[in-house]
Amino acid sequence: MKKVYAKEEVCVGCRLCEVHCIVAHSEYPNDIIKAFKKGNRPVARVLVEENKPVSFALQCRHCEDAPCTKSCITGAMQRNSETGIVYNQEERCVGCWTCILACPFGAIRRDESGKKAASKCDLCSSNDEVPACVANCPNEALSFEER
Amino acid sequence: MNYVIIGNSAAAIGAVEGIRQVDREGRITIVSDEKYHTYSRPLISYWLAGKVSEDKMVYRKDNFYEVNSVTPILGVKAVKIDFTGKKVELADGTNLPFDKLLVAAGGKPIVPPMDGLDKKGIYSFIKFDDVKEIKDALSVGKNKAVVIGAGLIGLKAAEALNKAGVAVTVVELANRILPAILDEEAGVMVQDYLEKNGVKFVLNNTVSKVLGEAEVSGVVLQNGTKLDCDMLIVAIGVNPNIALVKETEVQVNRGIVVNEKMETSVYGIYAAGDVSEGFDIVYGTNRVLPLLPNAYMQGEIAGRNMAGAEEVFAGGLAMNAIGFGDLPMLTAGIIKPDSDQFEVLSEADTANKCYRKVILKDGSVVGYICLNKVDRAGIMTGLIKEKVDVSAFKDKLLNPDFGYIDFPKEFRKSRLSGGAE
Repeated sequence: MKKVYAKEEVCVGCRLCEVHCIVAHSEYPNDIIKAFKKGNRPVARVLVEENKPVSFALQCRHCEDAPCTKSCITGAMQRNSETGIVYNQEERCVGCWTCILACPFGAIRRDESGKKAASKCDLCSSNDEVPACVANCPNEALSFEER
Repeated sequence: MNYVIIGNSAAAIGAVEGIRQVDREGRITIVSDEKYHTYSRPLISYWLAGKVSEDKMVYRKDNFYEVNSVTPILGVKAVKIDFTGKKVELADGTNLPFDKLLVAAGGKPIVPPMDGLDKKGIYSFIKFDDVKEIKDALSVGKNKAVVIGAGLIGLKAAEALNKAGVAVTVVELANRILPAILDEEAGVMVQDYLEKNGVKFVLNNTVSKVLGEAEVSGVVLQNGTKLDCDMLIVAIGVNPNIALVKETEVQVNRGIVVNEKMETSVYGIYAAGDVSEGFDIVYGTNRVLPLLPNAYMQGEIAGRNMAGAEEVFAGGLAMNAIGFGDLPMLTAGIIKPDSDQFEVLSEADTANKCYRKVILKDGSVVGYICLNKVDRAGIMTGLIKEKVDVSAFKDKLLNPDFGYIDFPKEFRKSRLSGGAE
């Protein structure tokens, strides 16, 4: 499946991927100002790690054998067997954080902006295009590809 | 192929999903003495606290059995396994023939011997029916509870009852709360938090006698103290529910002994979840690990093997996520080493109830406690599971933003190019 890969050699740590991830998953996916100024601002589902001069963005690896789905106590965390996308059904999530305990990439975050729920990259599955983090990276430090 | 699964919780569901990854055709029958569609056991405390409604208790969607072509026989107990005839006898007289059988019968609550256990008002805290009975008791005005055991189950029970307006005292035999997952230092911080929210604790003590006529009216502790209560919750833990295989040809230790394929000593009969003794990566030996993630993973491997795949269970480890109010904690592996072969790194901020402790052995992480600062703790779970030599970045483990940036470049790149396989 296509996944997002980081090129740390060209990442400058600007965190625009985080900004655009927040917008894409907010109540106003087409309005960056409203996304940040109105309503609940969600947490970014991609995170930039930095120790200057090295930086890179990291998000869910959509593992084939995903420890988060197997560990989920409610069944909210699932993997779509057709697309391979690991996603959290937030309405069924109780925010117990067992998935955070299980994810070896540290790619799942606590979102307490609204109802407490685990938040993770869904590859912007609500649209058919390139994920927002990839589309808006000014340095092409993120690629969306099959490897 | 006829698959029969005894049990309807995480290990059983893991097995169904495991079987169906390999075999779309075989007949799967699930038998459970509980009448409910598969539900999440850890959610019973959330339900009691009013945080989750009954329809959100389901562990898999309503159409799960249909989608996976499973025949569920619910509310009927399996009473006997006929090994030679290869069938399971049910309490209603039905016989279920099987080619492959999974025993995923779970755990049964530990109830230590004490005087007065015959009274009304004594509850376990394992099943949906347990909390339904407790809710009924609350609705007729019961409002004073003693909980025996300050483990995960006992404290979730105490938290839910406290939220429901019940005066709760927790009695724990160990010197601290959550003794299996916290050390003294973290235990004190969590205890303080719960006390400020109204839960009372008695440590280094237990209940020796239950008082009352037909109904519970109080308890007497080992040291002679008397506590009034109208409900007693016994939450000491669970033992493997081995009734079906006791004194049969299936080898049993504390739990059902299984090999790396989750198969018991009898060909074609598998066991998974709280009833079994599977491999523990950290301890390097088989032991009972009654935890939901472990149950699912064991069940899934058992299922794949039952359907003919040749798969090895890499092993589980103790790992727990629990939280009270806005105080979360994640712990894994060995949290309180008992010899000087271990190295301990720790950092405490008592005022803010933040605590991080990492336990190392032979250059690898073997356990940790993260209290309050829990973000990305799973990175360390991964290091434990894969026995990664962390010598090169050991001094970074306690950093608040510890992450892949601290890994050697080649190691980081190889990890980020794939996923967990």
